[in-house]
Order: sequence, then C-alpha cells, then structure tokens
Amino acid sequence: MHYSALGDHAVLITLGDSIDERTHRRVRAVTARIDADPPQGFVDRVPAFASVVVHYEPRLVGADDPSPHDAFVAALQRILSDIRDDELPTARVVEIPVCYGGDLGPDIEDVARQHAIDAQAVTDIHVAGDYLVYMVGFMPGFAYLGGLSSRIATPRRRSPRMAVPAGSVGIGGEQTGVYPLVSPGGWNLIGRTPLRIFDITRDEPALLATGDRVRFYPITRDEFHAWAE
Amino acid sequence: MDRSALRVGNALVGNEDGAAALEATLVGPAIAFDDPTLIAITGGDLDATIDGQPTPMWRAICVPRGATLRFGRPKAGCRAYVALAGGIDVPLIFGSRSTYLRAHFGGHEGRPVRVGDVLRTQEPGPIARQIAALVRNGHDDGAVAVASWSAGHTLRMRYSSDPVVRLIAGAHAELLAAPSRTKLFSASFTVSSSSDRMGYRLEGVELPLRNPVELLSEGVAFGTMQLPPDGMPIILMADRQTTGGYPRIGEVASVDLPLVAQLKPGDRLRFRPVSVDEAQQAYLLHEQDLAQARLAIALRHSRTK
Repeated sequence: MHYSALGDHAVLITLGDSIDERTHRRVRAVTARIDADPPQGFVDRVPAFASVVVHYEPRLVGADDPSPHDAFVAALQRILSDIRDDELPTARVVEIPVCYGGDLGPDIEDVARQHAIDAQAVTDIHVAGDYLVYMVGFMPGFAYLGGLSSRIATPRRRSPRMAVPAGSVGIGGEQTGVYPLVSPGGWNLIGRTPLRIFDITRDEPALLATGDRVRFYPITRDEFHAWAE
Repeated sequence: MDRSALRVGNALVGNEDGAAALEATLVGPAIAFDDPTLIAITGGDLDATIDGQPTPMWRAICVPRGATLRFGRPKAGCRAYVALAGGIDVPLIFGSRSTYLRAHFGGHEGRPVRVGDVLRTQEPGPIARQIAALVRNGHDDGAVAVASWSAGHTLRMRYSSDPVVRLIAGAHAELLAAPSRTKLFSASFTVSSSSDRMGYRLEGVELPLRNPVELLSEGVAFGTMQLPPDGMPIILMADRQTTGGYPRIGEVASVDLPLVAQLKPGDRLRFRPVSVDEAQQAYLLHEQDLAQARLAIALRHSRTK
C-alpha cells in the first residue's frame, strides 16, 4: 500500500498495478474501511481499478499539525493497518443491449483494422465477454468494466472527442464501458445501448455499481430505435 | 469555478459557504429585483451597473425593489458571482446546490438561467438581516445602499490574462521527456477555445513523453493537469470527471485555481513549481483571511445588537 499526494487536497492510495480481482477486492476493502471510519477532514473517496483517491479539506485535518498532508496520510495508515478482504457481498448480474457498428459505433472498423479482424468479429468477441464493474467514475454512473479480451483491446484515440453521445459503448486500452451522459471522451466507440445508464429521477440513479457482473447482447438498429422510444 | 470569489460573496451577505449564487461568464444577465435584496458581486469584473450607475464589487449592497442589475464587457477575469442574502432557493443534490450542466441536474432545473426565469432566495438568516440593516442605515428605501466596508485585498485575487500559476509536480511528471519538463515550467501556454467548465485545454506548447504509456484510470482532482497522447495538457476544472486515465503531470495549487478559473480562451499562463507543503501553507493562509473576514462581519453584527 503506497500513499502519495494528488495535489494539496487529496491522497492517492495505490494498491496494485493491474486490473485483477484480487486487487479489486483490496480496493473494495479499503473503501469500506474508510466509509466505516472516515479520518478527520475527510471529504470523499474515489475507488478505482488499483487505487483509492481520498479527498480531504486541509484546514480540517488537525489544527496543530504543520503539514495537513502528512497528518492525513498518518490517519489513513492508522485506519487501514489491518485490512481484510474476505467479507465482501456477492455480485449482481446486469444485461445490457447494444447496437454495434454503423454511426452508433463509428470506431468499430478502426478497432477491427488494428487487430486484423472484421467488425463482426469485434462484436462477437465483445459479446462473449464476462465483465466485472471494477469502478464507477469519470462521470456520474460511468462503470469501468474489466474482462475485455486482449483480442480487441485498443489504445485510446490520440485526441479525445468533444462530445460522445450518451449510451456509447467504448474500448479504451484493456477497458470497456458505456458513456452514461454526453461527454468528451477518448475511447474507441463500437456501439450504443438504448438503456439509460444514469438517470437522476431514479431512486438509484446509476444502473451499475462497483462489484456488479455485466453481459452485453447485440440488438439491431430497429430494436435500438424502438427501445429508445 | 472561482470558489474563492463565490465564498467571499457569500460571506459578505451573511450566507454559509455552499449557498447558491449566480455565476456569470463573459456575458452577464440583466436581473430585475422584485424585492429589496442584499447582494454582493465578486470575482471577475464584468462592469456591473445598477440602474445605469457603476456598482462597486466585493461589497455588500442593498438593492431596492424595482432596480435592475446589468453587466457590460469583461474588464478583468471572465466570471462574476452574484451572491444573494439567503442564497438562491434550489435543491440540495449529492450535497451541493450547484448546476451540473452536462448531466442536466442540480441548480435551477439543471440548466443555465435564461431570460424570463424567476429566482427566489431562501429566507436570509440573522446575520444577513443585520448586515442589510447596517448597510441601509441612513439611506432611503428606494436608493441603492453600499456598505462602507469591503473584502480585504488578500481576498481579492489579482486576476490577469497572463498569470503565473503554482503547480505541484504530478505522479507522472517523471514520464516527460527532459525538454518537456523544462518547457512545463518555462513556456507560456494558451487557453484553447475548446475549454469549458470540465477542463481547460492548453495549446501552443507540446509536451511529449519519453515513451507512450497506457495507464489505469484513477482518481483526479480539481486542478489536475492531464496529458493526452497529443501532448497538449488539460487542466481539470470544477465540472471535471472523478477519474481519468491520462498521465497526470501536475496539480495546480488550490489557492491559484481562481486565477485559472478566470482565464478565457486566448489568455496565456505560465507555471511555477511548488511543493505540496508550500501549496498547503498558501491555501491555509488564504483560508485564515476568509475566516477572519467572516468573523469581522459577525462582530459588526453583534456590536449593533
């Protein structure tokens, strides 16, 4: 477990350097412990694949300490000294319909070309995957999914798009996910889902939560448009 | 975006931090007041007038019923804040009254205020009512009354269209090629026109890495400087994402974020290296000034009881 400064209002706790279930369990365990016993000055925590960022308010960490950063790291170390990861709840399974390719997935040919396969093969490989929500972040409801086949893993685009449509399904490196809202984004877009991934009017606005299992299934353009209405 | 200006404005009208105020960017609204209201205008200077008369900034002002506040051209910075006693009555969502435009929620119906909207304030608290009484003292009810005191100079940022901003070297600064590292702290960057509340894209200087890298996404902060593969850095701002996957080459010192927030496309900025410790000391000093200003305002209030 390694602690480093993320500017003057946050600490990054690094728990590994790869996307794997063991690291994921440590992330969830650390997050659960911080939620149960937040240190003085705590503002928010952002769990990710192999790290947890903890945001804090420097003036509330402890009046006497000359360095809020040092004091906050020390408090985290105390709280996290005996972490266990064997008591996490079991996962839900969420199924997501996707219309692949065409104008709904404008980068699918690019992805296919980079792997010397065709667009249908990209779809087939993406649909065959069994994915785990490693983290929710980037924007409200955006779930980062692990489990993408290396056969379609593709580096992010050189320059991000200014506006990716809501529901777009993308590949960024060895990660895949669905954009919940219109936003800038650098991932390769291979399709789009008609489901509302984030909806503030729902009791639980985000469709996906950390620890969920996800499966994609293909739908036609007609099914996509019928669904969207 | 300019949290310091927002908080100073709220303090001047006796509000708690976090009360909803209006943020006007480049072009301000015309606001007709249906009731006498205690306000303060802070942040960038957008040439505010009330019924045609120039209006001082960084001061509590009693606006009479029927008066109209207007804005002109930006003279310094680009975002002005109008704090209203009681705060604008909008719902608290995820612990905030701010507007998240991208997701269409928060604030006033999740969108920018537009012509014809009617905004209401919450009931002003005892401090706000007393400030209003003090400011109005001796003026007749139909006139604009301006407080004799104002926010101290340490709370008014010196906005500039080419500031030097303190930057804490980030986790991936070491991945920069040697010339890039030198340029980061010496070159002058230009704010691109494709900048928004989520992030400021900087252009004019490319900062190549020694080798391309793919990183795992992880948490980012207000002020994180990301470096996409095109070598043009992006500073993450108020409506930033919670996580990002591009290399993080720095974090702007919190105390200097208002200077960045007030930049408009075409403005330039340079960076000066600072340690986490120095950045935190500068931030705490600024917080102390704000706390003292709040105390001074509360003391005026108690003395007149």
